[in-house]
Amino acid sequence: MTDDILRMRGITKTFPGVKALQNVNLSVRRGEIHAICGENGAGKSTLMKVLSGVYPHGSYDGEIFFDGDPCHFSDIRDSEQRGIVIIHQELALCAHLSIAENIFLGNERAARGMIDWNRTNHEASALLARVGLRENPVTPVADIGVGKQQLVEIAKALSKEVRLLILDEPTAALNDEDSAHLLDLLRGLRDQGITCVIISHKLNEIAAIADSISIVRDGRMIETLDMKSGEVTEDRIIAGMVGRDLEHRFPPHEPNIGEEALRIEDWTVHSPTQRGRVVVSGANLSVRRGEIVGLAGLMGAGRTELAMSVFGRAYGTGISGRVYRDGRQVEIRTVGDAIKHGIAYATEDRKRYGLNLIEDIKRNVSAANLFKLARRGWVNENEEYRVAEDFRKSMNIKAPSVLSVTGKLSGGNQQKVVLSKWIFSDADVLILDEPTRGIDVGAKYEIYTIINRLADEGKAVLVISSELPELLGLCDRIYALSAGRVTGEVRREDATQERLMQYMTKVQE
Amino acid sequence: MSSISPANADVVPGGQDTGPAQPPGRASLLGISLNLRQSGIYIAFALIVVLFSVLTDGALLQPQNISNVIVQNSYILILSIGMILIIIAGHIDLSVGSVLAATGAIAAVLMVNYHMPWPLALLLTLIAGGLIGAWQGFWIAYFGIPAFIVTLAGMLLFRALTLTVLGNQGIGPFPDAVRTLSNGFTDGYLGNIGLGPLGGADLFSILLGVVAVAGMATAQWRTRAARVRYNQSVDPLALFLLKIVVAAAVVMAIVVQLARFKNLPWVLVLLAVLVLAYSVITTRAVFGRRIYAIGGNLQAAVLSGVKVKSVIFWIFVNMGVLSALAGVIFAGRLNQAGPTAGGSFELDAIAAAFIGGAAVQGGVGKVVGAITGGLIMGVINNGMSLIGAPSERVMLVKGIVLLAAVAFDVWTKRRAGSASQ
Repeated sequence: MTDDILRMRGITKTFPGVKALQNVNLSVRRGEIHAICGENGAGKSTLMKVLSGVYPHGSYDGEIFFDGDPCHFSDIRDSEQRGIVIIHQELALCAHLSIAENIFLGNERAARGMIDWNRTNHEASALLARVGLRENPVTPVADIGVGKQQLVEIAKALSKEVRLLILDEPTAALNDEDSAHLLDLLRGLRDQGITCVIISHKLNEIAAIADSISIVRDGRMIETLDMKSGEVTEDRIIAGMVGRDLEHRFPPHEPNIGEEALRIEDWTVHSPTQRGRVVVSGANLSVRRGEIVGLAGLMGAGRTELAMSVFGRAYGTGISGRVYRDGRQVEIRTVGDAIKHGIAYATEDRKRYGLNLIEDIKRNVSAANLFKLARRGWVNENEEYRVAEDFRKSMNIKAPSVLSVTGKLSGGNQQKVVLSKWIFSDADVLILDEPTRGIDVGAKYEIYTIINRLADEGKAVLVISSELPELLGLCDRIYALSAGRVTGEVRREDATQERLMQYMTKVQE
Repeated sequence: MSSISPANADVVPGGQDTGPAQPPGRASLLGISLNLRQSGIYIAFALIVVLFSVLTDGALLQPQNISNVIVQNSYILILSIGMILIIIAGHIDLSVGSVLAATGAIAAVLMVNYHMPWPLALLLTLIAGGLIGAWQGFWIAYFGIPAFIVTLAGMLLFRALTLTVLGNQGIGPFPDAVRTLSNGFTDGYLGNIGLGPLGGADLFSILLGVVAVAGMATAQWRTRAARVRYNQSVDPLALFLLKIVVAAAVVMAIVVQLARFKNLPWVLVLLAVLVLAYSVITTRAVFGRRIYAIGGNLQAAVLSGVKVKSVIFWIFVNMGVLSALAGVIFAGRLNQAGPTAGGSFELDAIAAAFIGGAAVQGGVGKVVGAITGGLIMGVINNGMSLIGAPSERVMLVKGIVLLAAVAFDVWTKRRAGSASQ
């Protein structure tokens, strides 16, 4: 019998319309570094949220044993008391508080309600030494780099007497040097007896550091590989991550490809928040009329950033490069310019960036092209109603009427409203960012049908998706992005998931 | 929402078309469908009017008192029209009281000290108000400072401007024309007619009322006819007519009461024009619709190509112009521009907007709602002073009404939210 610190048995977690996890088993041995791999949306983060109590006991099926004891965490404090600490991809630090204050946030070193600053800073120093961070504990967190902030998060975890440390994409935002330092630190923690679970897309890092790897795909646990044998290669991991056949999940489509509609040359974008960080680097790509082109890439590869920066510089600073529409170079400085040049961008986050959720379908459909319905600045609301009603029928939006508030629609129907909005904007180039995220299978098929129809009408479609089968089933051509660079271009005939995944995980020399 | 299987998922029109349907969220009352969240404010207003009519033995609805309520609250109502636009966009303006004072002072200097003809002075004052709004709009829209801070600073800046312009003393008296606009009434151009037991009333006022009611009815009818042509759902004819008749009766009752007293207050005519114009702008103009889009979801508006900065800038310019108009009317009413004019008016205007159904997060609100909210406060003020309530009790009641109105809004929203889960 092996010595497992953690066992999760038969975990099933359902969201409305989506089974995020199905009967997942996971065992983690004491004192190992255990990696969890899978595509975006495979269920890795959901599994970790179940473990850490973000999804409380009762909201999922299955059992969790920690040190052999059954656990019923009702929130994240419960799991932290047992020594399970999760560090999320988006760091949860207060930028204007000092390192020491952040480390002991919610866990203050205090006597009778008054904070003991000497003890706080003293203990913080000791923790910083443990993670190898040479900074004054009173320095505000905003003044240190992302790599160091990651170390502060780990120091914070250590202050809670962590026994199982979960890191979600810890190196996604780090440069190579910081990543290497972090991995060294994890090895050191393992030697001190702290068990680590690490979620990462960087297969080379995982291959280098992990003792075992569990692979999640479509909400199911596929396999757990033991790395000690030394026989597991990156290709072997990729095969596990993608190994699924394409069923008849895609409507048949005969492309009718015409002239080039959009070309981007030497496109470079810098991060608006992190000074000097290049998010997209020298990207070239093109889309032709009637063509559906995919954009593949893992989290942090810069797909959304690329799309939004092209869409009227809605993201990024220090943008350089050239954009051609129908062969002519164009200057697109605002979203209004982009719409005028017939470019549409349907966001990956419908609720935050796509829809006015407190307004009805009608007003959302007309939002990007209200002037088309207006004469001398006055909107013809009856015409607006008719247009929206036409879209409700042609897009099969399931709502009692176009006066229904979009916030109450299902994900699939919300997405149809967003697509209607951009079709109504008379765009010739449609950039669809994760068009089927959070949508059930039946509605996905409808969205695919709509995308095919748009291409048949002579529109150029660029689809960003984290689901490789979706890209393979839908697209005529696929670009792969890794760390802000276009690392590969594959035609439909030549495309396989393995090949794309190799491009997507390619690290620039 | 049931998911459909891929086999029959072709996108064909008219799959489950159930024809024009009632929008959700309606309650049925005596067979009359009504949207509680939208019409709650008007019902509340009616109840408050009835309550104070009873408490004051009908004094509230006496001709002279109706006239008083309108004239005393006119400047708050004008401010609340500008304020509701700002609140719909998700911002706030704390400076309107000071701007009102500053523009009133400018008008006084131009009219009294420089003896400028009043129409020119009024125009220059409105331009000054617009410039003040542009100043604040610049910092908010283009520099990115929260409106709360910019207008809090404006509250001090424009009070300082007021004191400087006035040299720390009141300036008056104003020309007769301005006083008439603030305080005066239309002339009896056509003489009186007898209304039986109600006595004599001004014919011109009544005719104006009839014309207004006829115009309203015609406009409603044409809107309805157009919607029918477009196959949209409309109220049944009987209900539609009932609504028109009730609205016409209310308007005519007020007009007749006013006609029996001293004819129509000029500010009422002005207010009617403003309410009509701004209602149309907010519901039908592209500009107005942009305001709702920005307040409803700023990010989505940006990504839909809405020129957010320009819209925000212009609604603050608009607020400045309306503040200036209110400033002239307020000064004209007191016949003097004073250094302390407009104190806490911003709070009354903001309260009117929120009582009138604006949402704290933005994106929701109506001009008519803000006017109703302002009138609720006005009727409470007036009614309580008629029954001799001390001012602390008036404040207490107004505070409770404001809190209750917003609590009702939050509660209905939460209920609607949980129903959709």
